[in-house]
Amino acid sequence: MTLSRPVLITGLLALTLVAAIGSILFGPVHLSLARMFAAFTGHGDRIASTILLELRLPRMLLGLGVGAMLGLAGAALQGYLRNPLAEPAVLGTSNAASLGAVAALYFGLAELHPIMLPALSVLAALLSLVGLSVLAGRSESPLTLILAGIAIATLATAGVSLALNLSPNPFAAMEIMTWLLGSLENRSFDHVWIAYPCIAIGGLLLFWDGRALDALTLGEDGAQALGVDIQRTRIRLLLGTAIGVGGAIGFVGLIVPHLVRPLTDRSPSAILLPSAIGGAALLTFADLAVRLIDTKNELKLGVVTAFLGVPVFLIHLMRERRLW
Amino acid sequence: MVNIRLENVAVTLGSRIVVQNASTVFGPGTLTGIVGPNGAGKSTLARAMLALVPHKGLIQIDDSDVATLPRAELAKRVAYLPQGQTLHWPLTVERLVELGRLPHLAPMSRIGEADTAAIERAMERADVLGLRDRIATELSGGERARVLLARALAVEAPALIADEPLASLDPGHQIDVMELLQAEARAGGLVIAVLHDLTMAARYCDRLVLIDGGTVVAEGTPAEVLTPANLKSVYGIDARVELTGDWPTITTLGRSR
Repeated sequence: MTLSRPVLITGLLALTLVAAIGSILFGPVHLSLARMFAAFTGHGDRIASTILLELRLPRMLLGLGVGAMLGLAGAALQGYLRNPLAEPAVLGTSNAASLGAVAALYFGLAELHPIMLPALSVLAALLSLVGLSVLAGRSESPLTLILAGIAIATLATAGVSLALNLSPNPFAAMEIMTWLLGSLENRSFDHVWIAYPCIAIGGLLLFWDGRALDALTLGEDGAQALGVDIQRTRIRLLLGTAIGVGGAIGFVGLIVPHLVRPLTDRSPSAILLPSAIGGAALLTFADLAVRLIDTKNELKLGVVTAFLGVPVFLIHLMRERRLW
Repeated sequence: MVNIRLENVAVTLGSRIVVQNASTVFGPGTLTGIVGPNGAGKSTLARAMLALVPHKGLIQIDDSDVATLPRAELAKRVAYLPQGQTLHWPLTVERLVELGRLPHLAPMSRIGEADTAAIERAMERADVLGLRDRIATELSGGERARVLLARALAVEAPALIADEPLASLDPGHQIDVMELLQAEARAGGLVIAVLHDLTMAARYCDRLVLIDGGTVVAEGTPAEVLTPANLKSVYGIDARVELTGDWPTITTLGRSR
């Protein structure tokens, strides 16, 4: 069912708005609408103001930004690799980012300044790109890139395991595990100011090559003969992914392009914006679910998105087996 | 008016020399067939003309060296129909043909009226207007070949290089494609087609370039190139060649002993 682009974008924006409002309205502490309104207009009590402006608002903004970036990166990489199962993890980028973050936690650098963890995460992702480029060489084949990505991902995962293995005490290991599960908890505006410039740069790099991704429908030769510089496209996409996606929340980049693709004309460029908006909505809803589902230990966002990823694989499997 | 000139072109893929000492000129208003046995270097030569593989020697489009011409500029001058019909995403026919306008568009821009008009013209010329909303991956081989050709025509480049455009097509669709390429040449275009079917090449091409071992071994009109002696030395076949109207008809008799 193809929807016209304005209808699809408007619909997704409306959904995102609902998620964003939900993210502000609901949380472990119940706040009446009147208290929230007062807090937003600057006349509220201190508790309500703190909860809304220093906890829920940055958490909502991060959910939207991170989700948008994950959806966009997934859509762009699926287009570039011409593989519907691609997402940042396929190229080892997110694993390397995780390793950077784990290193920040392991060596205690994360406590020095809030920017250390995300900075190391982006740095490790960028370093993984260097490794990826060396391993894949100038080959334009998506398979070469995926194989190189698997090598990088394996190395990064081994590094994370090593950190867990050698962690000085169970609390340090727990801290690393908690981060790896993925969460938007306890985020402040400091995190927003760090994340949004990265998201803006990464997003621009990923949006830049929409037409080149479309051209790749015709294969490498066909795209290059249409004037696409595949090497540059690849560098922009990988840089965009590395800069914009620095975290351990998986599957959003895989799920969202699949959900929006049937509603578009299925061209890679047509799913970029809807995937970004859809990603923002999905992650914000998932983060809302984390807060609303009552569990003994707190549910982590990465766990919820991982569960959401399963049906996508099953649907693919059923389509391959022509059961659906 | 466009010319493509090759001087002592050599292409090495890995450690294998695929094209060597290839020199020829392609001119406007002419449908030229590149023919030769499997592995002769036909497709590689075509890819070299589009700077898709690095080459030594000189390949010039008008006065520009393709090795130094920006890719986007080269794309405006030479349209390319690659070998095979692989499509990685199930685009509609219209969206697929629209890809041909890419060389004329800035990143993140929208297609304009001139582009829409070019897309319509290309679809009309390839007779695919009726397939506009169909999913390209769900078309028959013949329909898909016409759609992909429309995509190449939508570039509206002065030159067109088609690599094996007749592969996997039945005789009727082969004629459709060859007539279309011929019409492009008649309209002033420089058209090059890499072909395996010598009968089709002889029937429709104005000029043939015969390649063997990566180099040009004969060129000229089909009657000049497709001689029993050339067919024997290049393809290793005995054949009878008769002139039917203006073009030669080839009857293969068997492997040369």
